[in-house]
Amino acid sequence: MKIVIAGDGKVGYTLSEQLSKEGHDIVVIDSNPQVLQEVLDTLDVMVVNGNAASLEAQKKAGVETSDLVIAATSSDEINLLCCVLARKLGCKHTISRVRNPEYIEQVQFLREEFGLSMTINPELAAAREIFRLIQFPSFLKRDSFAKGRVELVELKVGEESALANKQLDQIHEVFKTRALVCAVEREEKVYIPNGNFTLRAGDKITVTAPRSSLAIMLKNLKETNYKIHSVMMIGGGRIAEYLSEDLIGSGVAVKIVEKDEARCIELAEKLPGAIIINGDGSKQELLIEEGIKSTDAVITLTDFDEENLIISMFADYIGAPKTITKINRTEYSHLFKDRGIGSVVSPKQLTAHEIIRYVRAMGNTSGGAVRTLHRIVDEKAEALEFEAVGTTRNLGIPLMKLKLKEDILIACINRRGKVIIPKGSDTIEEKDIVVVVTNAERTIYDLNDIFADETKEA
Amino acid sequence: MNIRIIGNYVGQALRVEWLFMIPALILSLVFCEWYSAIGFAVTVAALVLVSVGLSRVKVEERTIYTREGFVIVALSWISMSLFGALPFFIIGAIPNYIDCIFETVSGFTTTGASILRDVEAMPRSLLYWRSFTNWLGGMGAIVFLLAISPKEKTKGSLRILRAESPGPIVGKLVPKIRSTALLLYKIYIALTVLEMIMLIAGGMPVFESVCHAFSTAGTGGFSVKNASIGAYDSDYIQIVIGVFMLLFGINFNVFYLLLIRKIKQALFNQELRLYLGIAAFSTAAITINTLSMFDNVGEALKHGFFQVSSIMTTTGFATTDFNLWPEFSKCLLVVLMILGACAGSTAGGIKMARLLILLKSFRNTIQRMIHPRSVKIIKIDGEVTEESTVREVTVFMTAYVMIFGASILAVSLDNFDFETTATAVVATLNNIGPGLGQVGPTGNFADFSIFSKIVLSLDMLIGRLEIFPMLMLAAPSMWKREK
Repeated sequence: MKIVIAGDGKVGYTLSEQLSKEGHDIVVIDSNPQVLQEVLDTLDVMVVNGNAASLEAQKKAGVETSDLVIAATSSDEINLLCCVLARKLGCKHTISRVRNPEYIEQVQFLREEFGLSMTINPELAAAREIFRLIQFPSFLKRDSFAKGRVELVELKVGEESALANKQLDQIHEVFKTRALVCAVEREEKVYIPNGNFTLRAGDKITVTAPRSSLAIMLKNLKETNYKIHSVMMIGGGRIAEYLSEDLIGSGVAVKIVEKDEARCIELAEKLPGAIIINGDGSKQELLIEEGIKSTDAVITLTDFDEENLIISMFADYIGAPKTITKINRTEYSHLFKDRGIGSVVSPKQLTAHEIIRYVRAMGNTSGGAVRTLHRIVDEKAEALEFEAVGTTRNLGIPLMKLKLKEDILIACINRRGKVIIPKGSDTIEEKDIVVVVTNAERTIYDLNDIFADETKEA
Repeated sequence: MNIRIIGNYVGQALRVEWLFMIPALILSLVFCEWYSAIGFAVTVAALVLVSVGLSRVKVEERTIYTREGFVIVALSWISMSLFGALPFFIIGAIPNYIDCIFETVSGFTTTGASILRDVEAMPRSLLYWRSFTNWLGGMGAIVFLLAISPKEKTKGSLRILRAESPGPIVGKLVPKIRSTALLLYKIYIALTVLEMIMLIAGGMPVFESVCHAFSTAGTGGFSVKNASIGAYDSDYIQIVIGVFMLLFGINFNVFYLLLIRKIKQALFNQELRLYLGIAAFSTAAITINTLSMFDNVGEALKHGFFQVSSIMTTTGFATTDFNLWPEFSKCLLVVLMILGACAGSTAGGIKMARLLILLKSFRNTIQRMIHPRSVKIIKIDGEVTEESTVREVTVFMTAYVMIFGASILAVSLDNFDFETTATAVVATLNNIGPGLGQVGPTGNFADFSIFSKIVLSLDMLIGRLEIFPMLMLAAPSMWKREK
C-alpha cells in the first residue's frame, strides 16, 4: 500500500518505521530538511520537503494515488487541512492527529464533516492507558480486547511467588480461575510457551483472562490488590489533564506538580477537584514536602524522559507502591527495565499501534480484519483480535487437531459474550472473536494467516 | 568499522558476478571455444568458493553507515575486477595479469580503454564477457544486488546506492530502495534490448549487435572490431549507435518521468537541456571545423555527431580517427571528455549536474562581489540546492584536479609526449577509453609500463566511483580501531 505520512516527529517517525517494515511504500512530508535527511538515512522511505498542507507538497508526494494519508504534524490545524486537501485530491483514507483538549468535544463532528477515517490523540490514549493501570496496580501493563471483556496483563514472577518453578500445564492449581500464560519474557528473549514450559523467578509473564477473573487471580497469587486512593503527577501537560478528569471522576485524589505558573492557573481553572502545586517536580525537597511518601501512586509526565526516569526511581526508592513513567524515546527503555521505574507508557507507541491496526485492517480482503492490536512485552510480541468469518478456515475443528505456525498461540475465544480460555477440545466457530498472540517478527493480517497448513480454498 | 557486513556484501557482489559469468561460459561451449570454457569454469568455481565463504560470515549489526557504504562499493569493485580478469589470464589470451586487470577494470568502469592490439583475434566468448562487463558496470553490480535481494533487512542500504551511483545528489524514484533499483534496471534492460533489435534490423550480425548494445548501454565502448564502429559502412548503424549513446548519457530519472507521463517535468529538466545544448553546439562547431576533411556536409555532420556523442557520454566508440582532426576539434573533444554527461546515467566525467551547480555558484559569487550584502541561493529545477551539496561539488572538483595532476606526473615517467600522457589520464579518469596521440582511437594502451597501467586502472576506478569511495579506502583513519 502507498501511505503518505505528514510530519516527521515522534509519532511520524515511529509510524514510518513500523509501516515500512511491514512492506508499505512510505512517503514522508516535513518542512525541516534535517529531520528528513535523518529519516532518509535510516529508513527505506521517500521524503518530500515542504508544508504538508500545501497542494504543491501533496502533489509531489503523490497523494492522488496514495491509499492513506496520516497527518501527524505538531499542529492540529495543519493536520486537518492536510487531510481535507488529501480527500479532495482523491485519497480515500485519511487519519489526522487532533490533540488539543479544546477540540476533544468536536472530534466526532470533525471526523464526519471532513471525511476523516480516524482521529488520533496520543495524549488521550496515554491517559486512558494510565487510568487502566491504576485500576489494577499489580500489573505492569494491561490491555483489553473484545470490548473490555478480555484482559491481557503483564506481571512479574517474584522470588516467593507461587508461580515460580511451575510448569504451565499445572498453572491452574495456582490461578484457580480461567487464565492462560501467553508470553514469557526471560533475559531479553520472548517465548510463546506451550504446556511444558516452566516458569522461573524473574520472568515477566503476560496472562490473558476474562476481566471477572483478574481479581480472583491476584488473590490466589497472594498479591493483594491494593486500591489506589491518591496519585501524584509530576508535570501538568495534556496527559495530566485528561487523566485527572478520569481519576477525579472515579474518586481518586489528584495532586499535580507543574513548573509553569500560567499552566497551573489554567489547570486550576479546568480541574477544580485537583490540587495544583506550582513548583519544580525534580526537586526532592518539594516532592517530600508534598507527600510523595504517602501517596499511592506517582506518575511522571514531564516533557523530559530523563526527568521522568529519575523522579520515578526516586519515588520507587522512597517506597511509593506504584510508579508509572511516561517515556517518549523508547530505544533506551531496555536499560531501565527493572530499575524501579514500574510501568512505562509511551504515547507515540500507543498511537502507532492504533494506526498499524487500521492499516492492517485496510490490507485485509477477506473481511476477518484485525480489530485490535497491542504490542506486548517491550514490543517483542503482538496480541491481535480477529473476528472469525465465513471464509475463515478450520472452523469447528478442535484446536488440538489444528496445526498452527510456530510461535503462535490462541489466547482466547469470545463467543457471544462468553469468554473461553481455550483448551485442546475447543473450536473456533463463525462470528467468534479470537485473540491471537505471536512474536512481532511475523506480520498477521488475517486469521487465516495463523494456520500452518496451506489449504487451497484460501 | 563493521567488517562483517562489508565481507557479506562483497561476497554477494561476487555472487552476482559468477551468475553473470555463466552465460559467457555457455557461449564459449556453443562456440566450441574449449580453452575459454575452461577459463570461465575455473573462474566461476573460484568465485563460488569465495562468495560462499564470505556468505558464511555472520553479520550481527545490520546497519550500513556512510563509511561502510563507501568501503563496500570500493572493495566490491576491486574484487570483481580481480576475479573478472581471470578468464583472460587463465587461457593466456592476455599473458600479463596486470594487463588482464587493466582490461577488466576498463570494462567494469565503462571506460573501454584497451591494451589489445588485435581485438578480432580474441575468442568470441571473451569478447562477449568484455562487452558484458561494460553493461554490468554501467548501472552497477550492487544496484543490481539491491534490485534482486528480497525483503531488505539491512538498514541504510541507500548509502550503498549513493556510493555507487554517479552524480552529486542521488535520490530514489519510488519509496522503496528495492523498487527503485528494479525500476532503474528495467529501464536499462528495455533500452539495451531495443538497441539490439535496431542493430540486428540494420544488418549487423546478432553476436556483434549484442556486444555493441552492451557496450553502448554502459557507455563503455568496448568493440569487437579493430576499427570500432567505423568497421560498419552503414549510416544507419552509426546513427543508431550515436543516438543510443546520447540516450544512455541522460539521467534515468528523465526516463522514469516520461514513463509516468510527467512529460513536461521531464523535458524541462535543466540538466537535460544543458546536456543537449552542449552536444548540439559541439556537433555544429566540429562539423564546420572538419568540413574540409569530408566529401560533403552530411558526412561531416554524421562523424561530428557520432564523435561528440561518443566522447561526451564517455563511451569511446569511433567511426573515424579524430586524432587527425584539426586542433580546435581535438581540444573541444578533450573538454567534452572532462565534462561528461548527466548525473544518474551510466556515463563518466564530472557530469552536467555538477557543471550546473558550479556555473550557478560561480555566477552567485560574481554577483556577491558586486553587491556584497546580497543573499543568493542556488536553485535547480525549482529546488533549492543545499549549501552542503555545493560545498561537496567544489571539494569533488579540487580532489579531481589533484588526482588528475598526480596521475599525469606518474604516467609521465613512461616518457611519452604530453598529448598522449595527459589524454591517457583524461580518458581513464573520465571513463572514456580513447584519448589522443598514441592512445587515440586507432591506438591502444599496450605500450605503457606496468606501473602506469596500475595508476591508470586506479584512475578508472576513482572516476567511476566518483573519487570518494576509493579515497576513503586509502585513508588510514578509516581502518583504525576506535578506542
